[in-house]
Amino acid sequence: MQLNDTAQLRRSLAAATAMLLGGGQAAALESAAPWDAEARVQYYSEKDRVQIVEGVVGVTHQAAGGQSYGASVVLDAMTGSSPNGAIATDSPQTFTRPSGSGSYETAAGQTPLDDTFHDTRVGLDLSYGHGIGDNLHLNYALQGSVEYDYRSFGASVGVDRDFNQRNTTLSFGLSLNFDTSEPVGGIPDPYGFMPAYPNEKDTIGVSDTKLVTDVQVGVTQLLSPRSLIRSNFVFGLDDGYINDPYKIVSVVDPVTGELVSDADRRYRYENRPDSKARFAWYNAWQQMLRDNDVLRVSYRLYGDDWGTISNTIDGFYRWQMTDTVFFEPHLRWYQQTAADFYRTSLVATDNPEHVSADYRLADMMTYTVGLTAGWDLNPTSELRLGLEYYLQQADPSDVIGVQAQQTLIEDTEAIMVRLGYGLQW
Amino acid sequence: MKRTMILIVVAALGVAASGCNLTRVQAYEREDLSKRSMQLPPSALDARLDDHTYFSKEAARGGRGGGGGGCGCN
Repeated sequence: MQLNDTAQLRRSLAAATAMLLGGGQAAALESAAPWDAEARVQYYSEKDRVQIVEGVVGVTHQAAGGQSYGASVVLDAMTGSSPNGAIATDSPQTFTRPSGSGSYETAAGQTPLDDTFHDTRVGLDLSYGHGIGDNLHLNYALQGSVEYDYRSFGASVGVDRDFNQRNTTLSFGLSLNFDTSEPVGGIPDPYGFMPAYPNEKDTIGVSDTKLVTDVQVGVTQLLSPRSLIRSNFVFGLDDGYINDPYKIVSVVDPVTGELVSDADRRYRYENRPDSKARFAWYNAWQQMLRDNDVLRVSYRLYGDDWGTISNTIDGFYRWQMTDTVFFEPHLRWYQQTAADFYRTSLVATDNPEHVSADYRLADMMTYTVGLTAGWDLNPTSELRLGLEYYLQQADPSDVIGVQAQQTLIEDTEAIMVRLGYGLQW
Repeated sequence: MKRTMILIVVAALGVAASGCNLTRVQAYEREDLSKRSMQLPPSALDARLDDHTYFSKEAARGGRGGGGGGCGCN
């Protein structure tokens, strides 16, 4: 039993390490079965915007001698429209497509959406873990992800050390990711203008790179035979090209708030700092209650040197209705403060060092409400179906003149449907 | 910001240290802890999909895990 318990803890901690890179399927396994496979298909649909279908398959093998092997593949396809950062105005607007080969229009009073978003992403994760003695375990992982305009490759290593008769586990993880952005139409000159079609934007190259480093320290503590806590502290550093190359900001009159009259100078490409230092402190508590119900609550504090502070509270209650059927309601609340350089629009006379009108960097609250149902088809396989509703509400940084007549940041609503299957043998 | 981070590190170390004073759970008492529903997270694939979604839509990330790659440009 103790070996199995230890293996369980290993899997979770190995997952935490691998998840630094997006792997982590190792934690999904419960039984002592040497092979375990999981699959998920998710449909994410924003109202009038982005649609994403994402599939993930993960397989883990627990070999003799405490060794473990894991592999997972992810495939997702995205279509639809995404806000380009410009504000709604009382007259139609025309934007040059990222490729420079055409333009698209936004009707008066509508949030400008770039409708050219469609991409397919393929990712592969590989992991390996092994023990050294009774209380030390090492995990290694490799990750690769490729899409049309973005590539990400990374590696991570993690160390877990048990103490206190395996009631306490300290973990340490390090991950490095090297990302390359190769946007359609090239890398726009940061802070440069998006000229009116057919004039061409200035570019600084066809691609640019970024190094993402994460260092994680964590502790897992058993509190009782039915409860445990985990606390992780992650320090991360993003260094390189961090702009979203497709995002622009509207340039407006400082008094009226209207777009400037020169059609070649109405929109600028965003310009974020070229580094971001960040931390995340994640704390989770899990308690088994009567009839094998489980309450799981977590809190995360996040901060970065762009000025964003964020709080996240996440809660699940697994209601084990019968031995083979459960229902799990889910509530999540998220809040963030705006980045220092976020501007809903840019006053023409201002010349800030950095600027972005990406609403994801604005003051924002999001809410998630969901329900998952699960069935054990037999002792070695399970099926689950989840449905979630997600709402984003962001606030503009400032409202100038006629902008008060527009909805500058519309709420974003999304529905997520997820089908899952697990098999052990 | 620097002061906040120092406070957080101190608090995290306090949480870690407090674990040493708790009642020990013996090996034979861990049947419930070994169940799938008591893993953190219960399903790493679910956690991965959640993290990738929120990574693409919100400014904060990390803590439990990463975003799984991709630019999150939507």
